[in-house]
Amino acid sequence: MSTPENTSGTRGGARLSVLKTYKLYIGGKFPRSESGRVYEVTDAEGQWLANAPLGSRKDARDAVVAARKAFPGWSGATAYNRGQILYRVAEMLEGRREQFAAEVAAAEGLSQDRARALADAAVDRWVWYAGWSDKIAQVLGGANPVAGPFFNLSTPEPTGVVAVLAPQRCSLLGLVSVLAPVIVTGNTAVLVTSRTAPLPALSLAEVLATSDLPGGVVNVLSGDTAQLARPLAAHQDVNAVDLAGAGPELAAELEASAAENLKRVLRPGSGDWSATPGLERMSAFLETKTVWHPVGA
Amino acid sequence: MTEPSQPAAAAPSQLFAYAPAPESRAVVDLAPSYGLFIDGEFREAASGKTFTTLSPATEEVLSEVAYGGEEDVEAAVRAARAAFGPWSALPGTERAKYLFRIARIIQERSRELAVLETLDNGKPIRETRDADLPLVAAHFFYHAGWADKLSWAGLGPDPRPLGVAAQVIPWNFPLLMLAWKIAPALATGNTVVLKPAETTPLSALFFADICRQAGLPEGVVNIVPGDGATGAALVAHPDVAKVAFTGSTAVGRQIARTVAGTDKRLTLELGGKGANIVFDDAPLDQAVEGIVNGIFFNQGQVCCAGSRLLVQESVHDEVLDALKRRLATLRVGDPLDKNTDVGAINSAEQLARISELADSGEQEGAERWSAPCELPERGYWFAPTVFTGVGQAHRIAREEIFGPVLSVLTFRTPDEAVAKANNTPYGLSAGIWTEKGSRILMMADRLRAGVVWANTFNKFDPASPFGGYKESGYGREGGRHGLEGYLEHA
Repeated sequence: MSTPENTSGTRGGARLSVLKTYKLYIGGKFPRSESGRVYEVTDAEGQWLANAPLGSRKDARDAVVAARKAFPGWSGATAYNRGQILYRVAEMLEGRREQFAAEVAAAEGLSQDRARALADAAVDRWVWYAGWSDKIAQVLGGANPVAGPFFNLSTPEPTGVVAVLAPQRCSLLGLVSVLAPVIVTGNTAVLVTSRTAPLPALSLAEVLATSDLPGGVVNVLSGDTAQLARPLAAHQDVNAVDLAGAGPELAAELEASAAENLKRVLRPGSGDWSATPGLERMSAFLETKTVWHPVGA
Repeated sequence: MTEPSQPAAAAPSQLFAYAPAPESRAVVDLAPSYGLFIDGEFREAASGKTFTTLSPATEEVLSEVAYGGEEDVEAAVRAARAAFGPWSALPGTERAKYLFRIARIIQERSRELAVLETLDNGKPIRETRDADLPLVAAHFFYHAGWADKLSWAGLGPDPRPLGVAAQVIPWNFPLLMLAWKIAPALATGNTVVLKPAETTPLSALFFADICRQAGLPEGVVNIVPGDGATGAALVAHPDVAKVAFTGSTAVGRQIARTVAGTDKRLTLELGGKGANIVFDDAPLDQAVEGIVNGIFFNQGQVCCAGSRLLVQESVHDEVLDALKRRLATLRVGDPLDKNTDVGAINSAEQLARISELADSGEQEGAERWSAPCELPERGYWFAPTVFTGVGQAHRIAREEIFGPVLSVLTFRTPDEAVAKANNTPYGLSAGIWTEKGSRILMMADRLRAGVVWANTFNKFDPASPFGGYKESGYGREGGRHGLEGYLEHA
């Protein structure tokens, strides 16, 4: 096994750098995996970067419990409040751009410039979604002109607990592009990181933990994608799954399993995360509620 | 009707008994047999197989209908596939005019269709005439106007149709469910293969004739009657781009599994166990009418029925007394009689299911009360029934009965009402009865249901999106939202 470049400074006065123990993020806390197991994360060249927790089925279930517990508070917060908190996340991300750029460069084997551009795009994407919190209801909802003396109003509401499989390759921009649209509308998330490139996601958890985001709104699990995704797709208290990080075969299996309690399923897309997003990733995890009331004296 | 020998005092309701007021059947010309409607023509099934459809009110055989098998499904999908290119290429304004034509012909033929629907389904003529048919025409009229305005539907500047839509509909509102499916599909430029329910195929076949009268291009709408196997073959067909299903949650699950791993788009409108919540400050007379409408409309065979009455403890007795008084005045019987409130259950199978669940209610300890009414000897009938003392664990509080059976539970606080109302895997509808505006809005906010009726119930409109949360399905039908299920964002 090769060793990382974990020294800095000149050869003579070398300083040993401090390595970070990466952990899961569940219910606002940073536990190690219940399994007690880790797996090796390497850079694009196969150099060892870190040991990431190998999340287990039990971790996945704990994460669902935390996400469910956080749902009433988060979905009941005002849209303005959610927008402020998400913007705060962007502020924290901005301050850590260099760290994320370095992690993206290592994970995806990119030049520093390219990785920096991706980190910047990820921050901007987060800001873009943050602003949707108090606008989406006006765009997707509205009054319905029914043929009778009734007030009739449709509003979008969050679906509930969403299991999100982060894209395998695009470790930060792709990650942000799937996570932000789920939570900005009031859903809570159980996020399964890229298997091979989990470090940006595990670092994002540290950002979320310091951004006034209530614990449990986002829960982050690293490990084997299929091992984590299967219990989530079959879980009776999960309302929806985003299959962005699943290959075709796994996606088909998970979709079939999600049918058991009629989870909303967002199938894997083109994998192009650079394009300006539309509303689809938000509307996929929104329910339309329509309220009627008679009009009269 | 009245027994001359019976003393009037013993049966006061008989004193003012209504004379029979039957709607004439002559307006419907029923053929002895009907074919499949494929590529603009009626034809026999490839296998030659047929099945009969009955009047559930009398068990009289109405007609023989060709049974669509796999070969027929294949032919229908092929026809729809061939028609898709030209149909989707038509300018929206032209597609709109076809839909307007269809809407108008439905209006012209509405009495005929209402009587036909009542014969085949068993629901009262009052409902088919005053609810089903006006809504059917309205759905086509509403969606006609969308056909040339799709760029403004919020799905990008040039949203594209998907292809062939496979649509499977239930027997409770045969023609209305057809309209909910076909109108948006055609307006958005898709073509259709529709399978009507096994027990109610006739109105869909009459609709096929309307398509011919409207000059709709061949293959744009295909109707393939049959049973579950027909529907399964249709849904599984590889050339289908979109599946839309209304029916039970169990079948919805199977369809979701079938569609998994394909590119097919799916919308599901499934079961429900709607809570109708009555607070102590509600206008009780109106609430009682709403409760009756909520669970006895269409014999309770409504996915969004208010089948769980949650009544605030302090007014429980008052509400139940008033409700029972009101139910005693419901007229149960001949669906073609214009005075009938409650008609026949759609099939022997459904009647057996209702009876079995109602029996379980008694076995599990709830108290059963049925409206005093005489049921006809032939046909499938179930008296309006109310269970009190129902616990949340009882099957009649959890399972969809799909019949005229109301389960009554109580609550003390709004929080408890919310918790009980949401304590179900379903999430289709809910009702709220209170005079307090802020409470209505708080409750509407917290109920996890796709349609919330406040101080009203069971109202429908083509402009109003309909569909469920959780295991009541996904996607919406009606309104701008309903178009999303038939269009590719572009």
